[in-house]
Amino acid sequence: MTAQLPALQIAIPLLGAFITPLIGWHRPRLAGLWALAVLAGAAALAVALLMQVTAHGPISYHLGNWAPPWGIAYAVDHLTVLMLLLITGIGLMAFLQARPAVAVSMPGREPYFYTLFLLQVTGLSGIVITGDMFNLFVFLEISSLSGYALIALGEDGAPLATFNYIIIGTVGACFYLLGVGYLYIVTGSLNMADLANLLPALYHSKVVLVAFAFFTVGVAIKMGLFPLHTWMPDAYTTAPAPASALIAPLMTKVAAYVMIRIMFTVFRPEFDIGVIPVATILGWMAVIAILVGGIKALAQTDLKRMLTYIMVAEVGYIVMGISVMNRPGLTGAILHIMNDACMVACLFLVIGALAHKGIPRTISELGSLNRKMPFTMAAFVVAALSMCGLPPACGFFSKWYLVQGTVAAGQWVFAGTLLVSSLINAVLFFRVIEKAYLAPGGGHGHDDQQHDDGHGTANVVRDEAPAAMLAPILIMAALILVLGPFSGTIIDAVISHAVPAAF
Amino acid sequence: MLEYVIAKYNYWVYVILMMIGLYAMMGKRNLVKKLIGMNIFQTSIILFYVSIGVKKGGATVPILEGHGHGGHQAVDVATILNPLPHVLMLTAIVVSIATTGVALAALILIYRRYGTLEEDEIIAARRAAAAPKAKDQAS
Repeated sequence: MTAQLPALQIAIPLLGAFITPLIGWHRPRLAGLWALAVLAGAAALAVALLMQVTAHGPISYHLGNWAPPWGIAYAVDHLTVLMLLLITGIGLMAFLQARPAVAVSMPGREPYFYTLFLLQVTGLSGIVITGDMFNLFVFLEISSLSGYALIALGEDGAPLATFNYIIIGTVGACFYLLGVGYLYIVTGSLNMADLANLLPALYHSKVVLVAFAFFTVGVAIKMGLFPLHTWMPDAYTTAPAPASALIAPLMTKVAAYVMIRIMFTVFRPEFDIGVIPVATILGWMAVIAILVGGIKALAQTDLKRMLTYIMVAEVGYIVMGISVMNRPGLTGAILHIMNDACMVACLFLVIGALAHKGIPRTISELGSLNRKMPFTMAAFVVAALSMCGLPPACGFFSKWYLVQGTVAAGQWVFAGTLLVSSLINAVLFFRVIEKAYLAPGGGHGHDDQQHDDGHGTANVVRDEAPAAMLAPILIMAALILVLGPFSGTIIDAVISHAVPAAF
Repeated sequence: MLEYVIAKYNYWVYVILMMIGLYAMMGKRNLVKKLIGMNIFQTSIILFYVSIGVKKGGATVPILEGHGHGGHQAVDVATILNPLPHVLMLTAIVVSIATTGVALAALILIYRRYGTLEEDEIIAARRAAAAPKAKDQAS
């Protein structure tokens, strides 16, 4: 049984997704519980895999008992289990909040939403677990397609944003597929471990260089790296709140994982530095991404849209950590994948709670929110402080490693950019916190207002989100605080194994 | 130069098709035309994969004639095509059809909301819808 864990990790959410509408036709209420059970099962499997990998080392699972490179292998190593835990854990939290939200916002269609939700989790888990280049493409498209459908369910403007996302997302996936094709021409292999052995002899082949270029651009589109981020703000802003809490933290991070896999598992670090100056190019793109993301975020009046531009900057952080090509840098990048996923998930869950209460997302209208929704706003403050990089929240620790990495590489501009970006984040979030905690008012003009507004803050009634929606927010906020002090443990137990030995 | 083009004509065909698709996606203002451009783009990659499975000299499909679980006899590799690129493309075709389906569904939603599929008209309609709202907030 334990030997089959990697296959079950994919099979359970995949089959669970297809059973969900069948249950939903007969008992719509039961479908939600079923999907919750499936996600909990997937999270439990991820924990079991983590125990197995930390105890016995990486697992290579041969699907159908066909040995690689002929068959498809699932390669489960330390980085994989970390990503699996993130995906299933955040998936579970987002789903806890999605159930009450979806019951209100799309009644009668919940089972279909749950199906797409589970397919999204399947696709993301598949991307991180597979050891086969083409299999990765298939899972990439599973997650993208379910993501398109989830985003299209959103508010006014969502279909157009979805269509633009489909067009540019497909170009990204096609570029990835072309890269796979070129590598297949010269090596005749699709297995990542096999490719890693075959490729060093071919590093100066033009075909390999072209393949690598296609991979980089394709994955950069999927992760929303500046200037290929243009689909992201529209798509994530208009997406329905429960869907964006799942997609926004995970899709970009999983694409960053793919970039790490390609640059450090399929190709060797020597290639990324010596043969093609991709590290330098990515580093400067990251600088621009961080600065432009931050400045564009400053210009936003819509809270959710501001967060999507912050995500553009956060993707820049991760890419910068990858690009400096040393141990603290890559450690910081992987740590930041984890921390940023938790922070963004927490912030988007807060947005979900606000949306559920019908509170407008315009920052200037958030006055007195601390009295109205004290727990939600407390969690928001924790995530916001973590984004600014204040200890003991986890955001500080990954930034610490990132800055160390840039200094070790002698890239002072990069280090400076990281610090400036922290300042921009502080301005961004304190603007929101100031409005919510200090500004008077609380007149939001929505229908269920029982009191006169405009009489100061004295008569603001506490109107907290329901417990089912609040619980995941508080769990994520607690996690942000807990992950910080335990960063050292996580790095020793998991991340240090994911950094290539050459560093 | 001409020999160079002819010797690798399958790559030229795929690149030209791909550029046509890319042009349609970027240059056309009608959303259906963009979608068609995306399809041409995907198809060019399918053609690329299929063409790299070809072998010169009369190689054919790998159907081995044997008895029952046969195929134990040695196979001359030069007479057999590599079937893997074709098999991969079966999956890619499925993916491309699914993408087209989702995109068409999104187009139906857009058409229902705005009554047009011209990008310029949609943007104008969205601006017109946003303007009174902004005025509301200002007052």
